[in-house]
Amino acid sequence: MASLPDAQKLCEQLARELKAQVKASTAMVGIHTGGAWLAERLHAALGMREPLGLLDIAFYRDDYAKQGLAKDPKRSKIPFEVEGRDVLLVDDVLHTGRTVRAAMNELFDYGRPASITLVVLAERGGRQLPICAQFAGARVEVPAGMRLRLKRDDKGKLSLELERGA
Amino acid sequence: MARNPQLNANGELQHLLSTEGLPRDILLKILDTAESFVGVTERDIKKVPLLRGKSVFNLFFEGSTRTRTTFEIAAKRLSADVINLNVAVSSTSKGESLLDTVANLSAMQADIFVVRHGSSGAAHLVARHVKPHEHVINAGDGRHAHPTQGLLDLYTIRHYKKDFGDLTVAIVGDVLHSRVARSLIHGLTTLGAPEVRVIGPQTLIPAGAAALGVRVFHSMREGLQGADVVVMLRLQNERMSGALLPSAQEFNKHYGLTADKLALAKPDAIVMHPGPMNRGVEIDSSVADGPHSVILPQVTFGISVRMAVMSMIAGGG
Repeated sequence: MASLPDAQKLCEQLARELKAQVKASTAMVGIHTGGAWLAERLHAALGMREPLGLLDIAFYRDDYAKQGLAKDPKRSKIPFEVEGRDVLLVDDVLHTGRTVRAAMNELFDYGRPASITLVVLAERGGRQLPICAQFAGARVEVPAGMRLRLKRDDKGKLSLELERGA
Repeated sequence: MARNPQLNANGELQHLLSTEGLPRDILLKILDTAESFVGVTERDIKKVPLLRGKSVFNLFFEGSTRTRTTFEIAAKRLSADVINLNVAVSSTSKGESLLDTVANLSAMQADIFVVRHGSSGAAHLVARHVKPHEHVINAGDGRHAHPTQGLLDLYTIRHYKKDFGDLTVAIVGDVLHSRVARSLIHGLTTLGAPEVRVIGPQTLIPAGAAALGVRVFHSMREGLQGADVVVMLRLQNERMSGALLPSAQEFNKHYGLTADKLALAKPDAIVMHPGPMNRGVEIDSSVADGPHSVILPQVTFGISVRMAVMSMIAGGG
């Protein structure tokens, strides 16, 4: 498991790529928890005017009937008007696409956005839904039985890590 | 050790029957989850898809407006289908037993039964007889328990006082007949509130009150001293058999909450009441509508707390 890309650098690279995308009225939403960490960085780096939104998709998951309620659902906070808005939706890793679907469903319960653009730090194989990221920092091959996660240490440094579990 | 009938084999909430014996981490998870649902109830679209396709049967063998309505709203905001049965005036009056009623509703593919009954233990009885995928929430059984009310009281206290660490909570009035008081006391003790007091005339305080971990007072003057939270209970005329009280006026004189008596509590004390209030009996209008009152927020929080409970019991395989 030699070379996972440097999350800090990917983050800077994404901020540069997104520059042209961001207008004064563009808003950003991070998906709890890894997506929210990344969104905090990008939001600051891009100097966005609209306050940052946070989604915890626990109440929109499609595996509730199997898995039950997620452990520690946080309150979603969307501090701007969604109706008619261009929204950058930010997550750490794009895998099956189910989290993104749930996040879009939740976002629509706040209003009808003009557009949603998906931004992820890394994408991997294993999509189960027709969802793709418009902006992806890197593509990472993940061995079977492993998952790719974003971690944040005490000093706030972000890093990608592989761990056991699907 | 006998398994807690409220928890499944994995220690997760299966039924909500009583706050008594609920582990601290489950209590806290209910309160935390409710906090997230408060966010949902503040949106324009106050609905999430969690319980789509599930059926919630409100089974009220005893009258209630607020509790039944808030359960109905909670279930609808989770996208469940809700069926309200006013059983008091239907099958049971034709002689059908509680368990027969439940068996019939189960045949109509129920997922959650919300049960209110005049007999203590009714919800437990139902919980013992439902199928594994069916869940029971006690919405009040006799004098025994009213756990969702106790939980919404806990939620309200935490909302205004942040934590239970050094709180003095005074519960006032007809403690003897109050399932609300019992459920709140068990929750407060589990969450570590250091001083829980009950205040009332000897005839309305249960004999074993001290064993619940509370301090008993018969005088408002002493009992309200320094309280952070004052919980007024309804004087339950309909449960009063025999002469426990000279009169409502007499009760009001000694135990009714007036602005004067409230001044004995802490300056930032909150006043709660589970409703429905008897104004001028256990609580004066000036207090019920005054700046310390959080009686209406209690009702609002009650919806989120019931959403939390339903979403925690009805998920998973």
